Amino acid sequence: MSQATLRIVKISGHPGPIPGRGTQREEQVCKLVDTTTCIGCKACEIACQEWNDLPFATTSFNNTYQTMPHTEWNFWNLIKFNEQPKADGGMMWLMRKDQCMHCAEPGCLAACPADSAIVQYANGIVDFQQDHCIGCGYCVTGCPFDIPKFNPATKKVYKCTLCSDRVTQGLEPACIKACPTGCLHFGTKDDMKDLAEKRATQLRDHYGFEKAGVYDPPGVGGTGVIYVLHDATNPEAYGGLPASPSIPWSVRLWKSPLKILGNLAMLGGLIGVTLHYLRFGPKVVKETQHRGETKT
Amino acid sequence: MTNGWIDIKNTDMMLIEGGNPAENHPCGFKWAIEAKRNRNAKMIVVDPRFTRTAAVADLHLQIRTGTDIAFLGGLIHYAIENNRIAKEYLVNFTNAAFLVQDGFKLPEDGLYSGFDAADQSYDKSTWNYAEGGAVNGGGAGLSRVDGHAQGAHATPPPPPTLPENVAYDLTLQHPRCVFQLLRRQYSRYTPEMVEKITGIPQDQFHKAADLFTSIRKGGDMKKVATIIYAVGWTQHTSGTQTIRAAAMLQLLLGNVGRAGGGVNALRGHSNIQGATDMAGVFDLLPGYLKVPNPSDANFDAYLKRITPKPSKPGPWTSMNYWSNTPQFAVSFLKAMYGDAARKENDWAFDYLPKVDRNYSWVQIWDNMYRGSVKGMFAFGMNGVMIGPDSKKNIEALKKADWLVVGEIYPDETSEFWKSPGITPEDMKGIETTVYRLPCAGFAEKDGSFTNSARWLQWKNAALPPPGDCRLDQAILAEIFLKVRELYQKQGGKFPDPILNLTWSYTDPRNPSIAEVAKEINGKALAEVSDPKLNQTIKAGQQLPSFAWLRDDGTTACGNWIYSGSWTEAGPQLARRGTEDPSGLGVYPNWAWSWPVNRRVLYNRASCNVEGKPWDSDRRQVWWNEAAQKWVGHDVPDFKPDSNPKDHMGPFIMNPEGVGRLFVPIGAVADGPFPEHYEPIESPTPNLLHPNQSNNPLVKRLTTAMDKYGTVADGFNIVCTTYRLTEHYHYWTKNNPANVELVPEPFVEIPAELADEMGLRGGERVKVTSARSEYVARAMVTRRMKSMLINGKKTYQIGIPIHWGYRGIAEDEGRTAHTPTNLLSPTVVDPNAFTPEFKGFLVKLERA
Repeated sequence: MSQATLRIVKISGHPGPIPGRGTQREEQVCKLVDTTTCIGCKACEIACQEWNDLPFATTSFNNTYQTMPHTEWNFWNLIKFNEQPKADGGMMWLMRKDQCMHCAEPGCLAACPADSAIVQYANGIVDFQQDHCIGCGYCVTGCPFDIPKFNPATKKVYKCTLCSDRVTQGLEPACIKACPTGCLHFGTKDDMKDLAEKRATQLRDHYGFEKAGVYDPPGVGGTGVIYVLHDATNPEAYGGLPASPSIPWSVRLWKSPLKILGNLAMLGGLIGVTLHYLRFGPKVVKETQHRGETKT
Repeated sequence: MTNGWIDIKNTDMMLIEGGNPAENHPCGFKWAIEAKRNRNAKMIVVDPRFTRTAAVADLHLQIRTGTDIAFLGGLIHYAIENNRIAKEYLVNFTNAAFLVQDGFKLPEDGLYSGFDAADQSYDKSTWNYAEGGAVNGGGAGLSRVDGHAQGAHATPPPPPTLPENVAYDLTLQHPRCVFQLLRRQYSRYTPEMVEKITGIPQDQFHKAADLFTSIRKGGDMKKVATIIYAVGWTQHTSGTQTIRAAAMLQLLLGNVGRAGGGVNALRGHSNIQGATDMAGVFDLLPGYLKVPNPSDANFDAYLKRITPKPSKPGPWTSMNYWSNTPQFAVSFLKAMYGDAARKENDWAFDYLPKVDRNYSWVQIWDNMYRGSVKGMFAFGMNGVMIGPDSKKNIEALKKADWLVVGEIYPDETSEFWKSPGITPEDMKGIETTVYRLPCAGFAEKDGSFTNSARWLQWKNAALPPPGDCRLDQAILAEIFLKVRELYQKQGGKFPDPILNLTWSYTDPRNPSIAEVAKEINGKALAEVSDPKLNQTIKAGQQLPSFAWLRDDGTTACGNWIYSGSWTEAGPQLARRGTEDPSGLGVYPNWAWSWPVNRRVLYNRASCNVEGKPWDSDRRQVWWNEAAQKWVGHDVPDFKPDSNPKDHMGPFIMNPEGVGRLFVPIGAVADGPFPEHYEPIESPTPNLLHPNQSNNPLVKRLTTAMDKYGTVADGFNIVCTTYRLTEHYHYWTKNNPANVELVPEPFVEIPAELADEMGLRGGERVKVTSARSEYVARAMVTRRMKSMLINGKKTYQIGIPIHWGYRGIAEDEGRTAHTPTNLLSPTVVDPNAFTPEFKGFLVKLERA
């Protein structure tokens, strides 16, 4: 059976465009998370774990409905719960699905020194290739969203793949499929932006959220996961969503000017070592040093 | 539900109270979100906590648990005073214009007329309509007779019956007409009073009242509002009356019978609606036929008691559908006893048990505790955990001779003998024999689920049960066949009902559920014909609907409301058609909805008196003048050829034909109108009538274990209980995925109270009620706030119910092994006998 026949053309009872429409292969794909209709049911959390065969974690009570403090190597999709007081004495309970944002300019990829360990596909998915990962953890530093997580057992780093295996087959990611309220949508970036803007307009016009808007931060070139927020001027309130994320300066410096300097320095070091060896011969270990080490 | 899940998408306004659908019905809640996304619908959530439903609502009001009637009464008062009511609907489709007897008294002092304090019951003879014709003239352009109401001053002889020709006043001005009585009843429910009782500040109450009733601004009938609730309403000693209050508000606003409207109960289990329909209740037979009682000397007397006669204003018509009760009852007896049910033996009526007392849930445990119930079959439920007063249930099981538990996990009920506090020494003294039978899970069984929307949906077993596990019906069949064998061999006092029970399944030891479903639908036992339709059903054929049921023994039907679910055309409940021609989410070819595949009940009320839809964009059914019949997208809930000119009432299940703002004689035990009564354990006297704080019909149980707390005893905090979206009752604590999401039990505590106690989130707390203690970690939150109840600062806390003494976290020793229902009291609603799980008093301290 060709895959084309599995592509959905009509769908019943589904809000928004057909999931996965136009997302095969080359077009840029995007997840839309409408935080204003998220009910924090965590179906996406479990769908993610089950589809990706991730082992369940042992969690502990932490005075919150949130499953754990942040994403983990085996927990790539986490709803962040935040109680937010309102000016009128009322409150809001904000729930935001946290996962890899699939940045157009990924900081993790920029920071990664290992050949082929992080790739970006033509459809925008940023994927970790654990076979090539050297476990240096630089991607963790490079990510402005605190997403990649190190597994000490395998010494490799993991994160959301945007279900690249499903998406290449014309399916939506597992989290989208599991969402019961239609808070999660999946499609091309253009379609999702359009849907997100429409929803934000509705929130401003009919629901009194004057600052409602779409989160698609330009600092990382836009993202493959965009949010509708009740208050787009305060993304930090949604469990620390950075207001203007960008690739850290350390990574930028290191990957361009510093990298050249570093290479020069390394070359200089090698020359120095060689010259030292030619001039003084091999280094001899003194006995006192040995004793000192065994004492501790 | 009067409507259905998908239909919620058609609404303009939602009042969600006594339920938390985002957490407990997340899949169905999709349609509430759809209404917001596609219709700009508004959502009001009234709950003791700021829940995940409140998180997506437009307005959340924090209410004191158990005071919903005060709030709804306030809304009724607001709607009437601000003229935000559906006048034409009210006059023609409800009993607003009906006159009530002279001797009837409103409960200004907390009691309706006819209260007998010694017996804690009501003589309901004055709770009745007055006999007579029209008064005051006027009306909504209807034909009417002239005349004067004749107040029935003399006490009618018992048992009271409804008058045939009800006195009425279409101007709604007569002081004894239902509308004026209603107005007077709720005139006491002012915003000030609502605030003092419920703790909802007046400005917030005004906001909610204005928003909810805004759909009837200027008398416009186009918009529609829905009310959505669950066990947050039913699990109170005022449960039934709370739902009555919601129904009255919806009738007042003209929202019943309409797409996007109605009164919608969200059922908590996948098949709890089916269990109710099939009479999983002691006082009902399948299809809501009343159970016989010892006063029914014979079948005729029984039928006379349970078959209503029409009662209405003279010129109106009433279909009085329950007048078909004899057909339903005879067909039921034929399904039960086959050839043994004959006209000569009253259709084997004597085989049916005559229920002489209350055998409801709490009573069963009380009887076991007192020693009169010797054994119990516990299938598909965990009785100890369900409570109320789990400790009493454990004590009761200790006294039983035997217990059979059919389960898929080791549960608290089957291990009651090692519940916390029982020492090895104690165990030696427990003589109960426990049989634990490995059963099948839901995915291992064929069968149908009936959902909240009344849809019967067939499912196929995904895989066979593992190991020695058996299907429920195989276990029950085995037991039945053994019992029958014993009766065959030994005779016994009355073997006939057992020996003559229909058991004609292909495999008697393991009946197929499909065969049972066909039996429930019913079949013709002899040839039956309908001359009007010019149609004949041959003997042995499945019946197409309950319209074919006969009272002469020629039809058999296990449950009349399910008739039509499995016809000669096949299993209608297994249909999977996804066509929705109206776009209203009717999906007429998906599964099968009782009754007769009708999706919205009372849908004739979606049209005005002339039979035209109130809103042409959401038209469901309508009168087709040319065809002289009712047509539309749904199955009309009406006599299909009843011309609107005949003024037949749209509420065909009531003998009046109209919706009841006032419930006459007996249908509701504790009053024709809902009145606010405090929960049995409450932090305040009833401000409406301090001398009658509680529901006067609520009887407290009297064993030494049935203790009730007061503020004076130090129980100064209001406690409510609930479920979490991450867990399903007492099962998922055995599943690592759910345990990962919420690993441990907790108590939700207002931050302000925690500050006063110097308590931090994560610390262990002890909650104590008059019954027992509960220990878990504190979840300190700003989602619950202090409230002013009659000017006094009052706190509420909340406890999820999911953990006990068996499960992953329990077995790892991560919990205190205390079921939540150790705390809840053994008091019940006097109508439905549902325990008051949702509101009681506790103390809170650091553990």
